[in-house]
Amino acid sequence: MARYLLRRFLTLLGILFAISVGAFLLVHLLPGDPTVTILGPNDTAHNRAVLMAQLGLNQPLWHQYLTWMSNVLQGNLGQSFVTHQSVSSALSHAFPIDLELIIMSQVIALVIAIPLALASARRPNGHLDRASTTASFALLALPPFILVVLLVLIFSVHFHVFPGPSSYVPLSQNVVSNLHSLALPAIVLALGSVVIYFRVLRADLIATLQEEFITVARSKGLSDRYIMWRHALRPSSISLLASAGLNISSLVAGAFVVEFLLAIPGLGFELVNSIQQVDYLMVQGIALFVAVVVVVLNFILDFLFSVIDPRIARD
Amino acid sequence: MTDYQQALGAEGSARSPLPRPSRGFGWFFWFCVAWIGVIAILAVLAPLLGFDDPTQQNFDVLNQGPTTSHWLGTDDLGRDILSRIVYGARVSLIVGFGSMIIGMAIGGSLGMYAAFRRGRVDSFLSATTYVMLAFPLLVAVIAIVAFWGHSLAKITVIVGVATIPLVYRVVRASTLTYATREFITVAKAQGASDWRILTRELLPNVLPTIISFFLIGVATVIILEGALAFLGLSVQAPTPSWGNMISESKSYLADNPWLALFPSVTMFLFLVALNLIGDGLRAALDNREGML
Repeated sequence: MARYLLRRFLTLLGILFAISVGAFLLVHLLPGDPTVTILGPNDTAHNRAVLMAQLGLNQPLWHQYLTWMSNVLQGNLGQSFVTHQSVSSALSHAFPIDLELIIMSQVIALVIAIPLALASARRPNGHLDRASTTASFALLALPPFILVVLLVLIFSVHFHVFPGPSSYVPLSQNVVSNLHSLALPAIVLALGSVVIYFRVLRADLIATLQEEFITVARSKGLSDRYIMWRHALRPSSISLLASAGLNISSLVAGAFVVEFLLAIPGLGFELVNSIQQVDYLMVQGIALFVAVVVVVLNFILDFLFSVIDPRIARD
Repeated sequence: MTDYQQALGAEGSARSPLPRPSRGFGWFFWFCVAWIGVIAILAVLAPLLGFDDPTQQNFDVLNQGPTTSHWLGTDDLGRDILSRIVYGARVSLIVGFGSMIIGMAIGGSLGMYAAFRRGRVDSFLSATTYVMLAFPLLVAVIAIVAFWGHSLAKITVIVGVATIPLVYRVVRASTLTYATREFITVAKAQGASDWRILTRELLPNVLPTIISFFLIGVATVIILEGALAFLGLSVQAPTPSWGNMISESKSYLADNPWLALFPSVTMFLFLVALNLIGDGLRAALDNREGML
């Protein structure tokens, strides 16, 4: 166990190092003199000095990396020369919105996927099972950017159930309106996860239901419903948790898309905005931050699984 | 790409315990093949088939629904939607097939080689791809596109390189199951060169897996390009692509829902068809394995 964790931790460090090098090298993909491109119309002596202190561009490459990295480790990701906001303060405003959106979507996804999988697995190849399996296959081919447009069309434009684009209300302002304004994007994200959770859980449930302890439970005369929820669900949910972990990075991608369409000021919206305003340090900072968060979260979830299911650490 | 991995993983384990009766591919499979074929032919031959210029603006017919002269209607600049969808297919097809070919050529050959040789090459490549797979793909691609630029060629290359680690792992895993079989040992004993074993003994066996994975990979890449285009980070206006058509439609959802519906439905059916074909091939392949 300890060896497994140590190995995983060393891998994590390796991945974080690779991410930092990748993010650092982004600036060098810019054509021509990067300082000219980054500063754009804001090329004043003061800004130039700030940028040089941040990136150390007149030093050799490895030295530039160390300069940049020591700034990053101190929480200084540079500043936007367009909005004059520091990258870290932009992150601290935008990130909680993504977090709320993703948590909401996961709650919705589990509330739909678990009962649906339980009902389908009770009678594999029954009507409900066939219908939900087919629907999940179709949903798999429905990318979030199509789903969000269609749902906005149906629920905001046609039925006025949810507010349309640009109607985000901050949580601090009004909790109910905030939840209402995030409901539609959360549902879009949730549908993508429902497909995965449903398929994984259904498959595991069908396997679990073949086990002897289920036959024993049946022979004791326990009700089907009781057996499904109390006996079958728990041993079948380990892959569900694992797939929830794997799902994080596609959730982030999905969140970016829905935020962009509905103008919700989360990380995705900020990222695309910064690209349009050629605000390079902001783009670099957000990309670095998101990559690190995803990787670290995956590591933590991995650790939790190896605690829940020690077989994982043994392989 | 993780979407795909999970779909594949879930799909693999979701196979019902009941044996699936399978006689040939069925009409639906061929229907999907035909649909993909029609789109591909239209996209390639578009200039010869008399479609309107997809960038031709016409201010007499702004935001119209379907009419006899414009079968799928026109957009906010009076451009013909049908011809924009047909020409937009070119972008999806080029990026989808182009980057999967790059991924397959590099990732696939490395994967086969690593599975065949094992040892240090294998450990090194496997560790590297593991690190690459840990990156959130869309974020990495967006960041690179933002700094490097987004022409069609650059996007194809960036996405192609991004698919290498996953292709590597799939092909490697599939090759491994054959690399230790008797017929490979026999070939080695007969003094066959590495090149010959790789191309004449291993490749034909791995090929079915590669083909079905390729098709589903194309679908995944098309979704990725669509997401980039939707965010305004793929080919630039006025060049049409399905993603940027859907993105442009967002300002007119209330006035002209057709603008969003037609490209969305085309893309959806295209992706479903690709997935079904890939899935059908994989099912056929599994049956053959079962009979051995």
